[in-house]
Amino acid sequence: MKIAVLSGKGGTGKTLVSVNLASVATTSIYVDCDVEEPNGHLFFKPQKLKKEAISVKIPEVNQNQCNGCRACVDFCKFNALAYIKNNVIVFDEVCHSCGGCVLLCPNKAITEKDQNIGLVQRGISENVQVLTGILNTGEPSGVPIIRKLLQTISGDNELTLIDCPPGSACIVMESIKDADYCILVAEPTLFGVHNLNMVQNLVKLFYKPHGVILNKCLDEANPAEDFCLKNQIKILGKIPFNTELGALNSNGLIAVREKQKYHEIFSNLLAAVTREVGSETVINT
Amino acid sequence: MKIAIPVENNSMDASVCFSFGRAPYFLIYDTEKNENRFLDNSAIASQGGAGIKAAQKIADTGVEVLLTPRCGENAAEVFKNAEIKLYKTINSSVEDNLKAFIEGKLQLLGDIHPGFHQHGGN
Repeated sequence: MKIAVLSGKGGTGKTLVSVNLASVATTSIYVDCDVEEPNGHLFFKPQKLKKEAISVKIPEVNQNQCNGCRACVDFCKFNALAYIKNNVIVFDEVCHSCGGCVLLCPNKAITEKDQNIGLVQRGISENVQVLTGILNTGEPSGVPIIRKLLQTISGDNELTLIDCPPGSACIVMESIKDADYCILVAEPTLFGVHNLNMVQNLVKLFYKPHGVILNKCLDEANPAEDFCLKNQIKILGKIPFNTELGALNSNGLIAVREKQKYHEIFSNLLAAVTREVGSETVINT
Repeated sequence: MKIAIPVENNSMDASVCFSFGRAPYFLIYDTEKNENRFLDNSAIASQGGAGIKAAQKIADTGVEVLLTPRCGENAAEVFKNAEIKLYKTINSSVEDNLKAFIEGKLQLLGDIHPGFHQHGGN
């Protein structure tokens, strides 16, 4: 069972939710797809680390074999190639590694070279297998790393929590693609509603069953809750806004491993999610 | 000598366009023949790499000089390879800039910006 945790902006509580849900399960896998700024490992402090470098393919041109036909330049939709003074120039950072130029070159003047863009790190934290994607600073796209992370767990039936990057861009779509269920984490503000609306549109586009966890709840009006009720979006549960939880989290501690009451809150949330996934599965078949 | 300028419209009274890669048109002015023509910038619709594509198009016309308010680093790399010199425009008037260039009053463009690639964030 793969559960993606996402939100329209950073700081709503994606990592809080996914780290704690993964920790209350008997055994689970936690996958940090927020490759530009992965922080789940700061909570888990995983042991027995194994690292695997991730690279992408970038075209390399043998200028002597090039006859200047420009098939590669004309084909590239990302404009990663230029042909100037009888030489092909490759803009590595603009290239999306589609390999089209290599296939099209009639003179076989283009080959591919590996370019390292980051790594995938695996480790163990008590009952949780922790997978972290780390993109090198300055690299334009984390998609290849996310693809590798999800490939690694594709055959696994274990409960898996996918901690997504914020927003609703390509890297988020890549992260939720294989998910059985999406948890949307929302803040009780108008801005929070705007962001919730954005990610809900995204998960609907992917036909993903989804529900909302209302984070930072106070005893006052909650625009995010109103939005869910109005649009008939399943509310999975609420997490209170309190200093103790905030302090535990700020200190890099996993709340459910520290205090029984948070263990209860997140156990209930996990039960609610599991029920939803179960009923959705029934609905889907 | 041929000179290129990014412009907002395809007429001589058009304003110089503040963006290079996504300028709607490029004026190509030939100083010897005193002729001008306008190139449609097809790169304007590109999802990314507009500067590279626009620079390729300009290099293909055989210009030696580009007058522009600014230029991104990828386009600048294309121009460097093409041995096209970049000069900084002084105002939005095409004629003022052409005149200033011919009189040797324009400065080389020094500040190449890092580009606004990757959709400006998420």
